[in-house]
Amino acid sequence: MSSSDNGAHRRGRTLAEKVWDDHLVVKGEDGNPDLIYIDLHLVHEVTSPQAFDGLRQAGRPVRRLDLTIATEDHNTPTVNIDKPIADLVSRTQIEALRTNAAEFGMRLHSLGDIEQGIVHVVGPQLGLTMPGITVVCGDSHTSTHGAFGAMALGIGTSEVEHVLATQTLPLKPFKTMAINVEGALRPGVTAKDIILAVIAKITTGGGQGYVLEYRGSAIRSLSMEGRMTICNMSIEAGARAGMVAPDQITFDYLEGRPHAPQGQDWVDAVEYWKTLPTDDDAVFDAEVFLDASELEPFVTWGTNPGQGVSLSETVPNPADITDPNERASAERALAYMDLEAGTRMKDIQVDTVFIGSCTNSRIEDLRAAADIMRGHKKADNLRVLVVPGSARVRLEAEAEGLDQVFKDFGADWRFAGCSMCLGMNPDQIAPGERCASTSNRNFEGRQGKGGRTHLVSPLVAAATAIRGTLSSPWDLENLVADEAIANGAVN
Amino acid sequence: MEKVSRVTGIAVPIKQSNVDTDSIIPAEFLKRVTKTGFEDALFYAWRQNPDFVLNQPRYAGAKVLVAGPDFGTGSSREHAVWALRDYGFRAVLSSRFGDIFRGNSGKQGLLAAQVAEEDIQRIWSLIEATPGLEVTVDLEARTVTVGDFSTAFEIDDYTRWRLLEGLDDIGLTLRDEAKITEFEATRAGWRPRTLPVK
Ligand code: SF4
Repeated sequence: MSSSDNGAHRRGRTLAEKVWDDHLVVKGEDGNPDLIYIDLHLVHEVTSPQAFDGLRQAGRPVRRLDLTIATEDHNTPTVNIDKPIADLVSRTQIEALRTNAAEFGMRLHSLGDIEQGIVHVVGPQLGLTMPGITVVCGDSHTSTHGAFGAMALGIGTSEVEHVLATQTLPLKPFKTMAINVEGALRPGVTAKDIILAVIAKITTGGGQGYVLEYRGSAIRSLSMEGRMTICNMSIEAGARAGMVAPDQITFDYLEGRPHAPQGQDWVDAVEYWKTLPTDDDAVFDAEVFLDASELEPFVTWGTNPGQGVSLSETVPNPADITDPNERASAERALAYMDLEAGTRMKDIQVDTVFIGSCTNSRIEDLRAAADIMRGHKKADNLRVLVVPGSARVRLEAEAEGLDQVFKDFGADWRFAGCSMCLGMNPDQIAPGERCASTSNRNFEGRQGKGGRTHLVSPLVAAATAIRGTLSSPWDLENLVADEAIANGAVN
Repeated sequence: MEKVSRVTGIAVPIKQSNVDTDSIIPAEFLKRVTKTGFEDALFYAWRQNPDFVLNQPRYAGAKVLVAGPDFGTGSSREHAVWALRDYGFRAVLSSRFGDIFRGNSGKQGLLAAQVAEEDIQRIWSLIEATPGLEVTVDLEARTVTVGDFSTAFEIDDYTRWRLLEGLDDIGLTLRDEAKITEFEATRAGWRPRTLPVK
């Protein structure tokens, strides 16, 4: 990646290379990693207690409290948030964060605070996530922040301790991969479908060692929310990070946010940010191409995010898979998911619909789901959970009346947090239950022991909640027509 | 961190690809705030099955895990490494590791050795054929030896050096503290701050 200093002629650089080069504190010699400066460190309760323990043991302070911010998200309940947390272990973890924040002087947004929420929703919302910076968090979905043209890396707890103590990380250069998505999405097809299709194409290991840069007209036309959805799931392709070059959409999203630069700083920042997009003569280590106009609403059938198909297809037959490991994994997945090869995806009945998580819990996601649900009722024998990504998203949704749409539909409207994305709080699915989820992981037991997860977009989640089987908005037009016919309005 | 140079012990075959960190340690155990005592959580869901390899007496006291490709993918949870370490594992062999898992291993003194897929299969058949057969992972020589069979493994030089020396990451970095301070002085005013500047 740090390619610039070895050749006589200097080739153009990619976005990722530029951000990397601008954060180089010490260049690693003899195969040692580079020491990279970290602009923003996001902290939550799950991966930080042991890091603070480490600091305490070694008698080290937090080096840059002014570049560090914490929120509570994984363990927080989404109902009765004014009551003490019932689960003792959840409470212990959250209390540990509160104690550590108080002891070290770290800014923390606790449950009930207006800025509380999923860490990857809170950073962008505050305007802390911006182009050209390095962002880390002890959470793999930190890749979300790459949507702004930031280098955003998920790290482990030892690395959390390292950043707290030094504000740097020793990192090996990455390879770069361009994911070119050209063409216009059809109505009803969203950013979530793009990324599920990308992962199905390159597989869950395909991005290993790479920083992915999402490019092309389909990406350029996405909102920041859509770009965040895509970058969020880079990690599911095995990549270290995902990025989108900053443009006017990025600047417009940022301008005026509480921590966005102001005055001359804003002018300087935008001038610099405009230099960040990948140079025309830069070379990626790998390239992938996808035609957005061919995409359909996508859904997973298996137990890793690469095991997905278009919703109009059927459950694949493992016998058709040539790679023996992939085949075995597909067989195991079908057994776990209790699915038979050849079943139409649309015939699969679900018990729960979850709309939330750092992949799809921003205001735009909630609006999209509400637009589908408005004027409908959920199917019988199915529960629907809508969990906003942050306290602010919740307020915003309520100001727009979305909460009423969800309630009229028959959905549960909850307080902000990770919730059923991984069920560390009481929001879980029961053994054998099947869930259409807008989250990012369909691993065995992810949403509750023995639970079965199908990853979908908010639009598919909402359509599924209406019909009771996996469905896309495309199926709904028929349903609406059918109802109309039944009511005698049309013949 | 303890120095690691050679691991010898019973090896357990995990004959599956894509063993993600949710399987290695389910999310419910992430609630703990301590850094040790995770041995009971390792492969918790799978261990409910009496036939699971770790429940077989012949693999008691194992120190080496021999897994299919893409071991440790998914969630960044370092608890996966602590659970393996607390259970007694000192080395994991696979033809491919999740990036974050591999990084976490190096920092906790767990040797993640990349071994060719066909060698993994060979090792599986050897250890299954002879109960009690020990495997030696030699970090100096970068070799894995099982009975008469020996093969090379890959690990990057930096991680190897740190494991051999038992070096703590933060201490290493702080040797460059002057350079960090120098870099900080050049940071542009627009870059984010979570607190008002003092
Ligand atoms: S919403 Fe899910 S994926 Fe996102 S940070 Fe929370 S637990 Fe992780």
